[in-house]
This record gives sequence, structure tokens and C-alpha cells, in this order.
Amino acid sequence: MTVTDAARESVASALEVDRVNSHLNPPPSYDLADHPVPTGREEVWRFTPLKRLRGLLDGEASSSALTWTTEIPAGVTLSEIDAATAREIGELAPNDRPSALAVANAASPVLLDVPADLEVEEPVVLRLHGESVDDVVWGHHVLRFGAHSKATVVLVHTGSARYSATTSVVVGDGAQVNVLTLQDWDDDAVHLGRDAIRVGRDASVRHTSISFGGDLVRLHANVEYDGPGGEAELFGLYFADEGQHLEHRLFADHTAPKTKSNVLYKGALQGQGAHTVWIGNVLIRPVAEGIETYEENRNLVLTDGCQADSVPNLEIETGEIEGAGHASATARFDDEQLFYLRSRGVSDEEARRLVLHGFFNDLIRKVGVPFLEEQITATVEDELAKNVLKGYRPATA
Amino acid sequence: MSTLEIKDLKVSVSTDDGPKEILKGVTLTIKDGETHAIMGPNGSGKSTLAYSIAGHPKYDVTGGTVTLDGEDVLAMSVDERARAGLFLAMQYPVEVPGVSVSNFMRTAKTAVDGEAPKLRTWVKDVNAAMSRMNLDATFTQRSVNEGFSGGEKKRHEIAQLELLDPKVAILDETDSGLDIDALKVVSDGVNRFREGEGKGVLLITHYTRILRYIEPDYVHVFVDGKVAEQGGPELAEQLEAEGYDKYLPAKV
Ligand SMILES: Nc1ncnc2c1ncn2[C@@H]1O[C@H](COP(=O)(O)OP(=O)(O)OP(=O)(O)O)[C@@H](O)[C@H]1O
Ligand SMILES: [Mg+2]
Repeated sequence: MTVTDAARESVASALEVDRVNSHLNPPPSYDLADHPVPTGREEVWRFTPLKRLRGLLDGEASSSALTWTTEIPAGVTLSEIDAATAREIGELAPNDRPSALAVANAASPVLLDVPADLEVEEPVVLRLHGESVDDVVWGHHVLRFGAHSKATVVLVHTGSARYSATTSVVVGDGAQVNVLTLQDWDDDAVHLGRDAIRVGRDASVRHTSISFGGDLVRLHANVEYDGPGGEAELFGLYFADEGQHLEHRLFADHTAPKTKSNVLYKGALQGQGAHTVWIGNVLIRPVAEGIETYEENRNLVLTDGCQADSVPNLEIETGEIEGAGHASATARFDDEQLFYLRSRGVSDEEARRLVLHGFFNDLIRKVGVPFLEEQITATVEDELAKNVLKGYRPATA
Repeated sequence: MSTLEIKDLKVSVSTDDGPKEILKGVTLTIKDGETHAIMGPNGSGKSTLAYSIAGHPKYDVTGGTVTLDGEDVLAMSVDERARAGLFLAMQYPVEVPGVSVSNFMRTAKTAVDGEAPKLRTWVKDVNAAMSRMNLDATFTQRSVNEGFSGGEKKRHEIAQLELLDPKVAILDETDSGLDIDALKVVSDGVNRFREGEGKGVLLITHYTRILRYIEPDYVHVFVDGKVAEQGGPELAEQLEAEGYDKYLPAKV
């Protein structure tokens, strides 16, 4: 039997056979009873300040919606579908309470459809705006990329809401997909999100989460593979300010051989009570021979009073892998770097600005959407200006 | 004019066992247009002197004065010192990931001059300065010092020296780790700088070979945190032949 055949067979049965293997993520289920209200002591909830969800997990029915403003290139369609169709398309079933609630409570799922073989240069831009944190909003989305299509989708979140959404990204064989989600919320927003990605054979996906705003943002990016040869890059960039909780949870589930995952998240923190959480889970199932995975999280702590939690987890169930590694580091400004820049006449403030931009630069360059790159650079600039305005004291060693 | 005057400079670093004095009263004056070489054994405090003049936070000045054209250097912040006209070419230049050489140099030039350089000529000037140091144009797009070889880092320091054009340059072992061609290239760069009006150079080295390209007006022997002797260029030749033994405390 060839490796390829083995893969097909085991992917078909992966959920049943391997389900028990991972302690990292609860098994997927549409049944709300499988996702009880968390107490906060659960491993997957222990970092999240549940009170600040402001009752979102109670799951109250709501017909509020975010306002969508869209830019849809020719050939791509946006439509409402029913829940059964979403499942037929191959969405990933919810694997936590927020996503199960989103599916249960959202009006009808929204499908963004990029047909097979279509290559679109211009990005699809979906701007989602909330009016008030008083509104509970449920979102249920499917982004379908047909085989050998090529497209970029940008989701921009602004305004405020208590918002819980699940988005399945279903990537056909050989497709090349770039999905970016920008969280540019007002200060009081609550956002629970789960982007679940299914990567087709020989397809490649880049998913980038950019989180700046909101009181509490907790996002999952999950990826699994429908066949061998799939590649996923999961990138993230975040900047937590005074009092903000920004949590990013990654799960690369290597369900097929010869697949790749590459995770890179970078964050900056400043101000009292700024809290970031990064959980990087990777599971290499017995079937997933010859895979490569690397995950990395770096945090730059700009002031005292911040906390960056960073937890990489690697579960390996086959010895036959190409490579697996992870790195996690949380640091303050490097005195030697600042000294070097300042010794050339650059002011302390400007030196910090340079180092911070440098820190994010490799990620920003990978965004590949000019308007977004500019916006990110400008936002980082604004955040840093706040730092100076509020007279934050630089972090001390 | 530019005169760097160091008087009875005492500097400590903090260690687990409390402060440790490294510079024990250094007195040295670099007058208008002069080049001074400092030679001395490992650990004698040469880099400490260089860093202390530049204002590295690790070093505590516990006594003495440093003035540049009468201005109190020790009262200035690190970047103020650079803007006042001091430049330190470091023994171990620091890598700054994600910050391109071109962005770095433009930011530094703007800071030092108090205005942004003319866009039209600036890129040409940078490329010319880099190419004089045998660094091709791709270096300007790379992150500052990141992945540069030892020799490339040193040449990058001298490219900055030429572009920023300070009053006084302190070169901390810029010659170490350079092959003979690079040594010539670097020396030519320093000599071009010296041709400017009233430029001072403090050149720290272990080897006389660079002094054949950059001829010093004075040579100082640095031992145990102090200047142990000074003389003309001939002193360097003597050190090369005899070593530092006669300046070191007699071993039992
Ligand atoms: N943090 C520290 N704790 C203890 N000693 C220190 C510390 N920092 C520096 N020193 C000591 O200070 C002395 C002077 O160091 P410095 O780097 O100035 O020497 P140098 O003359 O430049 O030597 P080299 O020729 O090797 O470059 C050394 O003995 C060094 O070990
Ligand atoms: Mg030294």
C-alpha cells in the first residue's frame, strides 16, 4: 500500500479512530450538551477571565447582526445558505461552547464561495461592524475555496458587540488561500471566534490573525488536512494595551501524511493589566508520517504590569516525521539594541519605535495586502504613541 | 574645532559582589585633528573607556569628567552625545532584527543633522558609502548587522562613520577580524574621515598593522584601567616587539 492510499483511508476514519488520542482539544460536536458552560478551571478556559465575557456563554438568543460592507471581486459570491448545506460543504463541527452556540443561534450561515480554478488578484474584503456591546451577535460562516482556486479574504472587525462566530475555511485540492482577520474593535468589545480550516490535498493556506482592539478577544485558528501535501501557515500579530485580554489558540491537527504547519505569532504588550495568551497545540497523528511542523510565539513586553502567557504543546504519535519544533520567548526591549541605535543619535523613543517595528516587520511583510499592511503599521504607531502619551514607564528588568 | 578631554575618569560596573572599579583615573585629551591610539592587554578596560564615553548604561561613572569642546558629555544622554558629535564604532556591533540598514541610517542621519537628508542625494550617498566599504547595495535592505560576518559588521560601522560624519570617532578594535584587504578598505575610510576639518580619532587596537595605515599622533599604553605610558608612533613598534610585560605588576 502506498503512503497516499494509507492516508486516504485513515483520513476517512480519522475522527472516529483518533478522537480519543488528543487531550488538547475537546471532540467536535454540534450538541450543546457536549459543551457545558465552563467554570474557568478547565484547561482550555483557565486563562480566560470568564466574567468579562459578560454572559455571552449563557447563549441568549439574539437577532442582532453586525453590519457587513463588502468588496467582492467578480466570480466570487456571497450568499446565505442553510445549516444542512454548510455541513454538506464540509464545515468543521464546533469544538467548544462558543462555536457550538454560534452555530445554534446564528440566523443562517453565510457562504463566501470562490469557484474552482478561479484566481482573483483583488482581495475579498468583508468589513463587519458592531454598534454596541449591548448587542449579542452570533456568526456562522463558511469560506469555500474550490480546487485550484487562488484568493485572499480579509475580514475586518470594528465597532463593538458581544460577538461569537465560527468560520469554516474549506480549501479544495491545490488551492492557494490567504485569509486575514483584523480585530480592530472598540475598547469594550467581546469577541470569541473560531476559524477552522480544512486543507485539501496539495493546497496551501495562510491564515493571519491581527488583534488590536477589544476588551476581550479569544480566537481559535484550527487546521486539519483532507489529504497529503497540504500546507498551512498560521500567523498572528497582536498588541495588547492597558486592561486588554487577547488570547490566541492554535491547533494544527496533522491528520494526513506529508503535510506542513508553520505557526508564527508575535505580540506586544503595554500598560497595567495587558494580558495575552498564546496556546500552540500541534497533534501529529499516527497516520501523519513525513510531516513538518514548527511553531513559534514571541512577545515583547513594553512596560511593567503586563502578562504574556505562552504555551506550546506538541503531541507526537508517530516517529516518522520530517521535523517538529517549537519556540516561545517573552522579552523586554533589548538594552544593547537600544544603546546601539541611540549611539547613532536616535532618541530613546525613536529607538524603541524602530525596534518594535522591526519586531513585527517580518510578519507585516507576509500580509500581502497593501491596505492592511499600511493599517497595521499605522496602528502599531498609534499604540506606541499611547505608550508615550500616557507616560508608561518602560519595563524594567 | 573639536577637543575631547577626559580627566581622571573613574568607572565601575556592578557585579554580584558589589561595584567593581574598572577605570581607575583615566586622563587623555584629543585635540583638534589628532589621532590617538590606545593599546593594552585584554581586560585592561579599553572597551570600558569607549563605552563610558558613549554612555552605555552598564557603566557607572564614579569620578572625573569628559568634555567635548567644553560641553559636559557625562551630563548628556546616549543619543545627545552622538548628536553632539561623538561616534563609537563598536567592537561587537549589535544586531537589530527587522530594522533595515537603509531605514536605520536615514533615521540616524536625520537625528544627527536635525533634519531629514535630501532624498535625491541620500540614497546615492548611502550606496556610495557602502560600496566604498565593499558592501554591495543589497546590504541596505538587510536588517542591521543581522547575519553580517564579523568583517562586514566592522565595515558597516565605518560606512556609518563616513555618513554621519561626527567630530570625534572612537574605534574599538575595528581592525580585529579583518583580512588585509578589508583592513585597507577600513583604513581608507577612517583616513577620509580624518581629512575633514578638525576631526579627532581615538583608535583602540591590539595590533600595529592598522597604525601603518592610520598613523597616530600619540600612542597610549593602557594597563589596569589607567594610561601607563604615552608616546609617539614609535611606542607602538616597541610594544609590538616587547609586549606589555614591563607595564604589568611583577609576577611572584
Ligand atoms: N559585569 C562585569 N562584572 C565583572 N567584571 C566585568 C564586568 N564587565 C566588565 N568586566 C571586566 O572589566 C574589565 C575590562 O573589560 P573591557 O571590555 O573594558 O576590556 P578591554 O580592554 O576592552 O579588553 P579586550 O582587549 O579583550 O577587548 C575586564 O576584566 C572585564 O572582565
Ligand atoms: Mg575591548
